[in-house]
Amino acid sequence: MFNQSRKNIIIAMILLMGVIIIFRLFTLQVLDTKYSIMADEQGKFRKVIYPDRGILFDRKGRAILRNTVTYDLMVTPGKIRGMNLDTAALCRILKIDTTEFKKRILTAIIKNRSYRPSAFESLLPEETIARLNESMFKFVPAFYLQERPVRDYPYDAAGNILGYLSEVNSSFLKNHSSEGYQIGDYAGKTGLERSYEKVLMGQRGIEYWKRDNKNRLTDHLDNGRFDTAAVPGENLHMSLDIDLQMLGEHLMENKIGAIVAIDPKTGGVLAMVSSPTYKPNLLTGSERKKHFAQILLDPRSPMINRTVNAYYPPGSTFKTLQALIGLQEGVITPSTTFLCTGAFYGCGRPMGCLDPGNFNLKGAITVSCNTYFANVMQRVINNPKYGSVDSSLKVWDNYMYAFGLGNKLGIDIPSEKSGKIPTPRTYNKMYGDGHWNFCTFRSVSIGQGEVDVTPLQIANEMAYLANKGWFITPHMIDSIDGGDKYGLLDSFKLRHHPLNISDSIFEAVFDGMQGVMDRGTGAAAKIPGIVMCGKTGTVENYYKGVKQKDHALFAAFAPRENPRIAIAVICENAGFGASSAAPIASLMIEKYLRDSITEPDRKAQIETISKLDLMPTRIYDAIKYRDSLVHSKDTSYLIEKGYIKTLKDSMGLDDEDDMEGLEKLKKSNQEETSVDNSDTPKKEEKINKNTEPALLPEKQKTNRINSLIKTIH
Amino acid sequence: MREQVIISKGIDWVTIWLYFIFVSIGLLCIFSVEYHHGENIIQNIVGLKKNYARQLLFFGISALIAIFILLTDSKLFTATANISYAFGILLMMATFVVGKDINGSRSWIPLGFFNLQPVETCKIFTALALAKYLSQPETNFQNTRSQLIAAAIILTPAMFSILQNETGLALVYFAFLIPMYREGLPPIYLSIGFSFAILVVATILVEKNTLAIILTGIAAFSVYFLRKSIKRDKGILIVILGLWMLCVSIQRFAVPYIFKHVLQPYQVERIMNTFGVDYVPDATTTELNTQEKEKQLKLKKTKKAAENYNVKQSKIAIGSGGIWGKGFLKGTQTQGDFVPEQHTDFIFTSVGENFGFWGSSLVIILYILFMLRIVFIAERQRSTFSRVYAYSVAAILFFHVSINICMTVGLAPVIGITLPLMSYGGSSLLTFTILIFIMVRLDADRQMVLR
Repeated sequence: MFNQSRKNIIIAMILLMGVIIIFRLFTLQVLDTKYSIMADEQGKFRKVIYPDRGILFDRKGRAILRNTVTYDLMVTPGKIRGMNLDTAALCRILKIDTTEFKKRILTAIIKNRSYRPSAFESLLPEETIARLNESMFKFVPAFYLQERPVRDYPYDAAGNILGYLSEVNSSFLKNHSSEGYQIGDYAGKTGLERSYEKVLMGQRGIEYWKRDNKNRLTDHLDNGRFDTAAVPGENLHMSLDIDLQMLGEHLMENKIGAIVAIDPKTGGVLAMVSSPTYKPNLLTGSERKKHFAQILLDPRSPMINRTVNAYYPPGSTFKTLQALIGLQEGVITPSTTFLCTGAFYGCGRPMGCLDPGNFNLKGAITVSCNTYFANVMQRVINNPKYGSVDSSLKVWDNYMYAFGLGNKLGIDIPSEKSGKIPTPRTYNKMYGDGHWNFCTFRSVSIGQGEVDVTPLQIANEMAYLANKGWFITPHMIDSIDGGDKYGLLDSFKLRHHPLNISDSIFEAVFDGMQGVMDRGTGAAAKIPGIVMCGKTGTVENYYKGVKQKDHALFAAFAPRENPRIAIAVICENAGFGASSAAPIASLMIEKYLRDSITEPDRKAQIETISKLDLMPTRIYDAIKYRDSLVHSKDTSYLIEKGYIKTLKDSMGLDDEDDMEGLEKLKKSNQEETSVDNSDTPKKEEKINKNTEPALLPEKQKTNRINSLIKTIH
Repeated sequence: MREQVIISKGIDWVTIWLYFIFVSIGLLCIFSVEYHHGENIIQNIVGLKKNYARQLLFFGISALIAIFILLTDSKLFTATANISYAFGILLMMATFVVGKDINGSRSWIPLGFFNLQPVETCKIFTALALAKYLSQPETNFQNTRSQLIAAAIILTPAMFSILQNETGLALVYFAFLIPMYREGLPPIYLSIGFSFAILVVATILVEKNTLAIILTGIAAFSVYFLRKSIKRDKGILIVILGLWMLCVSIQRFAVPYIFKHVLQPYQVERIMNTFGVDYVPDATTTELNTQEKEKQLKLKKTKKAAENYNVKQSKIAIGSGGIWGKGFLKGTQTQGDFVPEQHTDFIFTSVGENFGFWGSSLVIILYILFMLRIVFIAERQRSTFSRVYAYSVAAILFFHVSINICMTVGLAPVIGITLPLMSYGGSSLLTFTILIFIMVRLDADRQMVLR
């Protein structure tokens, strides 16, 4: 029937449409998953809640590393159009020009879209924040200030120990994939920040938010069912005495070297100074990248923690240990005497000696007689008991290892080095199997030659002596608030008591070390009223094959009865130890034992020593060379890149950092160069100004560099 | 009590239940679009602060009107059909005088608390007028004159609608072709319309010379295959050549002419966008200087981006619903206001996101059942008037539902057509209520013969 068929056609049309739409819905909703991904991307937001990092307190409970808040200037480019923005005023405050302004806005739009806020300038300096706050009304709503937590060093000291944070890179993310780090996070890169990252970082919280079409967060997803709360990082208590640390840094200004002071009873480090150092606050603020590049490029290598990362021959401080071995092995007694006629002739070619005379052990230590200790070691090595030089050297090595030398001590500061103690293998390699005997390495007996130690090891050696035969692994952190969940401090509770050396042997050595202070080479370090044991050292050293001025060493512990501090001081290229290392140690000891230095002449001595410039001229040459590199164009810039790489390798930094900052630095320097090319000295001055603030205040040094440069010209 | 008996007598309850179901789903969807956690719902409803509250009010008004319609006599509709049609046309003309500009079209008459859109309401009057005309005994729908008059009845409001910049709504009037088809409009018109549509689409998609060659090729093949018939009857050759001429002229002249002179550039662009073709206005026809042209181009770009954004967001919302949906009030896209105009034209997206594939399919199936029920109702009428009217209702629903949902899933261009009974809007809800309840009233009197 005509009507019936038309009705059916109409019904068919309706059904067909329904089938088409349902089929389309099926593909859209069931088969195609890309839409739910897109919906999640734009509709959900995973907000990471950063907990406060843990605070570090010194031994007296003073916070030396804490958190503070700085501000980022944020911009929402989409909001600029509607308002009457005073671009000129903003540029004036931020000290940028309008092209830079436009460039940043454009970058913000490209990176983050125009309706989302992005950082226009991050980590604003205090002064800029103040000036922005005054006239912020001119810049809202497109601009606003956003809080941002950063690390703060109230004493601006101990940078090498505390370390710094830096943005995690891909290799870090790969190595710590299960720990919830994301791109853009910060993690401890060096120092304690790195060693205790696990404890300090706390636990991140994650909140899931709904987001609307303007990218505003509206509400917790499902009323916060999936959210996890943030747990703040644990606070750490250090054994460090920040006053002592700051005194040490002050005393070491204008010098290259290191101080390590340890509490022998606990193994806790009281002060750890590596000089030159840097102000840690420089690496937190707005100019972080610039400063980082400056510090890296400084030929004085402020980033290196010399206390654990530099090798020095132990020099005469080694003699105390040789005495211990000699006595323990029974090859000498405290009353054994050797005649020193001005040199050690035991091996044919004489080895020089300063004070001729006939010495017993005490006297030999007091005057630091080379001949005596050469004889002692000769007896140890040629002891018929062990049959061969090979096996007797092994016995000697075991003593060294027991004293904490030749291996890493295991301090909680990253990048510790192990030092070098010669073994039979060393000499077999050097001279061929069996082609060596004591005379080949006799200089080891006085701490020269194939023996290298870190300043920390010397200080630990003193702690071992002070405790009469045991030490606890030196460490910075005594306790962790909320308990040591990861067992990080376990190794700092063990006493290392490797050898059974009787107290009388130690007393005999102490007699000699006290003699050093009373009338020997360390008399300059004597503190009235404190009985202390010490030993000076003067170390020959070479730089690129050229003999340099001797390093001055001083190691001591005090008081002799019930010792409370063991210390090692090294001043590179300072000549004889009595003028620098010994008085520095003495001031440090007095400060620690008496809590303050009150006598006026002692106070004056602090300033005198601080001003004493022992920086070798080769450093100034290197600074000059560095500056000339910065000035010239690309090829040398590449060399410089290599230079930085070697620097990083030597510091044990595992990767990149802040090439961008380097670029910036180079650029600004080039601009300066192009501004006035005519007036060379002025230009140099500018460059020095550029690099100088990264270091401790050393004004007179800048002048000296300039005068040096002038004389060269 | 007596009246109630009269009202309920012969009423088709299936239709009424389906009506209530759609309005309720619509209210829930509008609520899910607007509700944000922690709002005071009662205060919003009492204060009419939110769209869902207003929609609830519109529903109340609609219910009153529905009852009023059920209380009237069916003869009233046949009697007033022509007058109401004239009134509708008058209203449409009135918009040119007192019209209010909403979303770029002057098709609204402000009536205090809500705005009336005559194009919407005029659908009722047109349906009545068409039914009236076709049911007259002197109308012989087989002859061309009657067909032309019927066409005039449905195309007059459509024309006004185009003049008001509401092309989308004008298209709805083509739905009346379905009842006309049912009443005897030769199927050739439907097939011609269909072929014409294909030709237009091909014109848009295929380069014009290529298309001309293809058409010529088809013509040549036809001649070749029909050569024996042509030998017998030269007339076939003439028909083929005539068709070929027509097609090529449409393709080369008519469509470009319509695009350039009849349709607004944005309408052309919408059409082009649907097929993924970039629309570049012909430089020779526009006498704008380059600067203005650039300005226009820029404007067009942002407009285009906005439209693509609509469709994209709509697809994301529906697509992210998955099989089972995210749950009522849990849709991130709905709650985040990502879909523009979600409470009106894009209301289906909230069904898609909140209730997923099963929910949206269920809504589609309900709509289909609704339409089939109306067709069933139409077929049981004794009077032509009621039948034509019921078919008109089914056709309007069909057009609205299919275009609106195709629009949200990216199968049709974005034209402002509401989803019947679910979309927010007083005009739309009232129109469909009246439309449906007149049908229910007529159906209740299906034993009567109305003219």
